Amino acid sequence: MNNADMASPELAQCEIHGMTRASFILRGAIAASAVYGVGSVAPFVSQAFAATGAGDVEILNFALTLEYLEADFYTVKARQLGLSGQAKAYAAQFGAEESEHVLALTGTIKHLGGTPVKKPQFVFPATNESSFLALASVLENTGVGAYNGAAPSLKSKEVLGAAGSIVQVEARHAAAIDLLLGNSPTPNQGFDLPLTKAQVLAKAGPLIKA
Amino acid sequence: MPSPPIEESPPQRSGLVERLVRDDVDRKRFLKLAGGAGAASFGAFVLAACGSSKHAASTAAATAGTASTSSSTAGDVAILNYALTLEYLETEFYEKVVASSLFSGKVGGLIKDFGRQEATHVEALKGAVEKLGGTPAAKPAGKFPISSAAQVAQLAYTVENLGAAAYLGQAGNIQSPEVLASALAIHSVEARHAATLGTLVKKSVTPQGAFAKPADMPTVLAAVKPFLA
Repeated sequence: MNNADMASPELAQCEIHGMTRASFILRGAIAASAVYGVGSVAPFVSQAFAATGAGDVEILNFALTLEYLEADFYTVKARQLGLSGQAKAYAAQFGAEESEHVLALTGTIKHLGGTPVKKPQFVFPATNESSFLALASVLENTGVGAYNGAAPSLKSKEVLGAAGSIVQVEARHAAAIDLLLGNSPTPNQGFDLPLTKAQVLAKAGPLIKA
Repeated sequence: MPSPPIEESPPQRSGLVERLVRDDVDRKRFLKLAGGAGAASFGAFVLAACGSSKHAASTAAATAGTASTSSSTAGDVAILNYALTLEYLETEFYEKVVASSLFSGKVGGLIKDFGRQEATHVEALKGAVEKLGGTPAAKPAGKFPISSAAQVAQLAYTVENLGAAAYLGQAGNIQSPEVLASALAIHSVEARHAATLGTLVKKSVTPQGAFAKPADMPTVLAAVKPFLA
């Protein structure tokens, strides 16, 4: 870390946390697992994005790619398949909301002086309404884990607030889709697991053509 | 947010913090709920949570270097105890709902799931407070109107939306990345509960559209007060 990175005291504080992170996480995870079992929260931190040391713009561009993917899925793919009933209604509503996320993230990246990534080309394996909903569940739940995993690494409180506002909506989408599928709306029980960038890419990567 | 069916008129939202700070009885009552040990820092925390002064306060604390460790920890403990108090109330609410046998079948199963999950939040938050060296807030005594399935579903929808907004409102105030990760893991589960209940009461699963709105502490406290026995 060089001095140029220390633009704010908040940033400096985060870096201090970062240096002691490994030992803190290990102790916390062991202690919490012993007392509360796998359902406790502390072990999740070990999976957080933080280890990659990504900056806010990098994290936001990663989120933007996911939002492009979701928006495209709910609009273009949904139209191709011709959904009906509640699935159609959710696709319309959620597609509009994901598109708003795209605009918000694009604007935030520019505001931070970054360059928003271009919209990739996607390929979705869904062939009918039920496979569409199954993939929607994967995308929304992956989105929740992606934001929850990345958010603690964000330096800017404003960006964190925006990410929190978006992840709550992703979680609501996920629950609605899972209910429609007849699945549990809380697949992770009381605590939504954060996902690492690699875990997110394992789910979303195959859907990105270029 | 639709107002829940309540047994007394809600307190005025504006000025609640000022009253908490000024009015000894109200303040002590909430401080008691939020954990006596954190009392000294809690007054400062409540003031800081008012608005823009929070940012200045946390920045100043961070600038103070090593001195910031204790003050930021105290702030996180206060936030965790605030969340703990809300989770206690949610847990008690679901216990009463389950005991009422108003719901059966699939919906009854979901209600039981949600109640169990709120109870795990209570345990996790207590553990987090203790890990930071704080004293977990005492369990408050709640009171909830339980009359019909429709009324309870509406109240649950209101409560879960409030809970989600309360977590979102504190995300930017949390200093420790570990505490933040814990709060986020819970926050999105509250959102899932809220959306599920939204389908039950035929309301939008995203009542605020694409961007969920945070609720600050005074707003949440005012909304919760009718449920404190």
